[in-house]
Amino acid sequence: MVRLGLIDYGMGNLHSVQQAFKRLDRSLQLVRSEGELSGCDALVLPGVGSFDPAMDHLEECKLVKPIRKWALDEKPLLGICLGLQLFFESSEEGSSKGLGVFKGHAQLLPCAEGERIPHMGWSPLNKRKPCPLFSQNDCKDWMYFVHSYFVVPTDHSDIAASTTFGTKNVTAVVWKNRLGACQFHPEKSSLAGQRLLISWLNWLDSGANSWA
Amino acid sequence: MVALRLIPCLDVANGRVVKGVNFVDLRDAGDPVELACRYSAAGADELVFLDIAASHEGRSTLVELVRRTAESVTIPFTVGGGIGSLEGITELLRAGADKISLNSSAVRNPELISDGAERFGSQCIVVAIDARRRKSDSSRWDVYVKGGRENTGLDVVNWSKKVADLGAGEILLTSMDGDGTQEGYDLDLTRMVSEKVPIPVIASGGAGCIEDIVDVLTMGSASAALLASLLHDGVLSIQQIKSELLLRSLDVRPLES
Repeated sequence: MVRLGLIDYGMGNLHSVQQAFKRLDRSLQLVRSEGELSGCDALVLPGVGSFDPAMDHLEECKLVKPIRKWALDEKPLLGICLGLQLFFESSEEGSSKGLGVFKGHAQLLPCAEGERIPHMGWSPLNKRKPCPLFSQNDCKDWMYFVHSYFVVPTDHSDIAASTTFGTKNVTAVVWKNRLGACQFHPEKSSLAGQRLLISWLNWLDSGANSWA
Repeated sequence: MVALRLIPCLDVANGRVVKGVNFVDLRDAGDPVELACRYSAAGADELVFLDIAASHEGRSTLVELVRRTAESVTIPFTVGGGIGSLEGITELLRAGADKISLNSSAVRNPELISDGAERFGSQCIVVAIDARRRKSDSSRWDVYVKGGRENTGLDVVNWSKKVADLGAGEILLTSMDGDGTQEGYDLDLTRMVSEKVPIPVIASGGAGCIEDIVDVLTMGSASAALLASLLHDGVLSIQQIKSELLLRSLDVRPLES
């Protein structure tokens, strides 16, 4: 069975993510240092909070380079919420450099869209391309979002799904090769979130083939 | 468009639900976790647990309750009641709560809002405001604390703006005049606060029928409606409310198949 690691850098609602996988009968090995990566086949990078402290914490755990290398080696990695934003080069929220495994930046959600910030609550996904996080069915997946910043990938084809915020489309899922991330919280998104995690696990279990 | 939310609120004391809930086939109507799962399956968008005993001795029971809830419930939940320090916030978030609701402690020590938001993110910090219409000036509301027993003299709109500035991610606004009456939410109050802050406002207190919920989500500009006795007493189900809101073309998350 694929061995899963959960990066524990002091910035995540680790507990909810662990519980979500536990409900699917999968356990996550906590990863707090580079050494602990060797026992993992796939990684989850969670994250709640703000950009700079998160990068500082990753830096303190000496995990920035190893995660970059992990992504460069095209090993499976799933980012959640702030974890997604950390995959990018930088964020308007802070001055730290991100992991940069995706090209692009995080920006503040547009105000004057008649929407409140933070974007907090359930929104449906508009899928742009198939990826291992989506099951085959066509049902509308509503996910639970909580964020004030969103990412704008330089390469638009990295976007696997978006959601509507006012009149704008904001990035909800990115995917490239074996690297994926979602802006919302699948672990808090009821059955729709559970389906997404199951899809990811099925993909891992069936060999984790690289997807464009 | 982010969907309007329906949020059942469970009052708990010493790990048990205080007000009885009227589901026919519940094994244990007093078990908050079983009720939480029930509401989640019925289509609730979030849940709120309010510890109304909030005693020092009860704290470990509350932490245990949060831990058990986090194991089984797959939607976000907020915990409130007597949380007065960063340590208290940390303990409950670690146990698996998604958000912490601060009330009296935020008035006493507003820095708790900013400290909490800085440490854990704004999304974790909900400020609960208990509001009562001023007798001398019915276009203003006072902030009450200590379970509604003490008038702080603070103006609700000013306090709302301040908590938003300090980094609260959401306001849970209860009309004390409406609470328990089932005569409708205080629409003036809800609209006034919603218009003055950029963050979401959850309206609470007074829901008696579907029309009240429609009104507060439209005329009241609320982002979410907190529901208690209406659901607990079995007057309406979440499904009934959502179907009706969808018929009126309001954005809600449809029931999952």
